[in-house]
Amino acid sequence: MADEPKSRRAVLADGVRLLGLAATSGVLGALAAKSGARNMVWQIDPDLCTQCGKCATSCVLTPSAVKCVHSYALCGYCQLCFGLFRDKRAGNDLHAENLRCPTDAIRRRFVEDPYYEITIEEALCIGCGICVKGCGLFGNRSLQLQIRHDRCIGCNECSIARDCPSNAIRRVPASRPYLLRQRGGTR
Amino acid sequence: MKRTSLALTGLLAPLLAMGQEQKRQPPPDFTSGYQLPSPTTPVPKEALFAWFDVGVLLLALVLAAYIVLSRRSRAWLLVLTAFSAAYFGFYRLGCVCSVGSVQNVVLAFAEPSYRLGLSVAAFFLLPLLFALFYGRVFCSGVCPLGAIQELVLVKPLRIPDWIAGPLGLVPFLYLGLAVLYASSGAGFVVCRYDPFIALYRLGSSPLMAWLTGMFLAASLFIGRPYCRFLCPYGALLRVASWLASKPARIAPAACISCHLCAKECPYGAILPPSAEGDRAPLHQLRRTLARRLAVAAPLVVCLTVLGWFAGPAMARVHPKVTLARELALSLDRPEAPKTLAVEAHRRLGRSDEEVFREAAAIQRSFRFGGAAFGAWAGVVVAAYTVSLALRRRRREYVAEPGTCFACARCFASCPVLPNGDRS
Repeated sequence: MADEPKSRRAVLADGVRLLGLAATSGVLGALAAKSGARNMVWQIDPDLCTQCGKCATSCVLTPSAVKCVHSYALCGYCQLCFGLFRDKRAGNDLHAENLRCPTDAIRRRFVEDPYYEITIEEALCIGCGICVKGCGLFGNRSLQLQIRHDRCIGCNECSIARDCPSNAIRRVPASRPYLLRQRGGTR
Repeated sequence: MKRTSLALTGLLAPLLAMGQEQKRQPPPDFTSGYQLPSPTTPVPKEALFAWFDVGVLLLALVLAAYIVLSRRSRAWLLVLTAFSAAYFGFYRLGCVCSVGSVQNVVLAFAEPSYRLGLSVAAFFLLPLLFALFYGRVFCSGVCPLGAIQELVLVKPLRIPDWIAGPLGLVPFLYLGLAVLYASSGAGFVVCRYDPFIALYRLGSSPLMAWLTGMFLAASLFIGRPYCRFLCPYGALLRVASWLASKPARIAPAACISCHLCAKECPYGAILPPSAEGDRAPLHQLRRTLARRLAVAAPLVVCLTVLGWFAGPAMARVHPKVTLARELALSLDRPEAPKTLAVEAHRRLGRSDEEVFREAAAIQRSFRFGGAAFGAWAGVVVAAYTVSLALRRRRREYVAEPGTCFACARCFASCPVLPNGDRS
C-alpha cells in the first residue's frame, strides 16, 4: 500500500468518511444542545386515563409495570371507599363479594372516627384500574394508575401506550418521572 | 337500586366532565395527630443502566473488530455473539437497541418536547462509527437481532443474486417508512415489528410470536433474513461500510482465486475477481448508464406523485386518524358497539370536530410525508439500477463491505497462509 500512491478512489472515500463523521457529530451536537439531551421515560397522565384495563394486559411484563398509586393528600379517607367497595355492595364489610379489587391488594386501616386509610399493596396490584375507576366515580380521584419505574423496563415503544385508547401514556423527562395529581391541581 | 345508581352516574357525568379538581369528599379533619403518608416514587432504573449499556456496547464493538480483523477467529466471534444475545437480548430484553434508535433520533428532530438521551445517541452512533472504519462488525457479534440469526443458521441455502439484490433494497424502504412514522408521531414501527422480541422476552402477542417463529425457521436455512432483507439500521450500516477504510480482507496474503471462500459465505457477500471479457466496451456501458439515468428521473417523479396520493392511506396507522375513523363510524351507526377509543373520547369530553380537525391535519401532512417517501423509494430503486450498470474491476475475491456481516467464516476456508504459503 505504502509504495503505491493513494488512488483517487481512496482519497475520495477518506473525504466522504470525514464528511460523514463531521455530519453525524454535528447532528448529535445539535440534538444535545437542544436544551440538554436527557432520557425520557413513559408515564400515564391520570387526567387522560379512562381505566379501560389495557394497562393490566398490554404491558410486556406480567404483572404489568403499571400499579395503582394512592395520593394520600387528595384522599377523603371515606368510610365507604368507592375504590375499595363495589357499588352494589351487600354490606359495609371486607368480604370478597363486596370488594372491587380482583387480587385483594387494597388494605384498609382505621385511623379515627370516621376516617379510614387506604393503602395499595403493590406486590399484589396488577394495574387493572378497577379501584381507580371506582374512586373516580364518587371519590376524590386520589387513586391513580402510574407506571412504576422500579418495574418498567423502558421499552422504546411502550406497548401499553400503543394500545391505550385515550393516548394517556406519553414520554416525560426521567428527572420528573411521575404525573401524580396533587392537592390544588399541581403536579 | 340499579335505577338509582344509574341516575346517580347520569347526574355525575357532567360533573366529571366539568373540572378535574373539584372536591367531592371534603378533606378529612384529623384530631388524632395522624400524619399524611406520601406515595413512594421509585426512580427509573433505566437511567442507572443506560451508561453501563453504552460501556458494554463499546467494549463489544472493540472486541468484535479485534476478533474479526486481528484474530480472524470465528470461534471467539461466536463466543461474543452468544454473549450479545444473552446480554442485550435476554437480559436487557432487547431495548434500547441500535436498530430502533434511528427512530429516536428522528423523533428528536421532529418533536420539540422529545429529548434524545445521550445513551440512545451513543447506541445510534457507535456502530456507524465502527462501520466507517471496519465494516459491519456491529452486525457480526454485537447486535442481538443479528446474533440470534447467526447462532441458528445451520444449513445456509444460496439465494440467487437476482432475488437477493432487489430484496436488499427493502431495508432502505423500511428505513424510509420508519422515519416517516417516527417523525409524524404515529409510532415506532421498527420496535413494534421487531421479529425476535417475542423470543428475548419469552412471550408476546400471538402475531409477534408467530412472526418470531417464522423468522427463526427461515434463519435456519437463509442466512440472516432480517439483517439482509429488512433491517433499517442495516441499510445505514451498509452505506457506512462502503466507506470502510479497513474492512475485513479474506486472504491473509495474495489471493490465489480458488473460490473456496465464496462457496463458504452464506450471505452471498463475496464477489469474484472480474474476468477479462467481463467488462463491456465503454461506449456500451455509457449507453446503458444513460438509459438508466434517463429512466431514473421519471421513476422518482412517478413514485413521488404516487406517494402524495397514498399519503392519507398511510396515515391510517396514526392513532389520532384511527380514532377519527372509528368516531365517524360510530356516528354513522350509533347502535353499533363503540370501540374503546371512541368510549375514551366520549369520557374525556372533547368535541368531535376537534378530533376530525386533528386527523385531517395529520392526513394532510402525510401527503408530504408520502411524497417524500415515494421520492426516496424512487431514488433507491434508481440508484440500484444504475449501480448494476457499473462494473468495478476486482483483482481478487473480495467481501463486499456493504453486505459482508464480518462473520469470519471465510477466513478458515482460505488456504493461503499469512506468509503466502498454502496450507
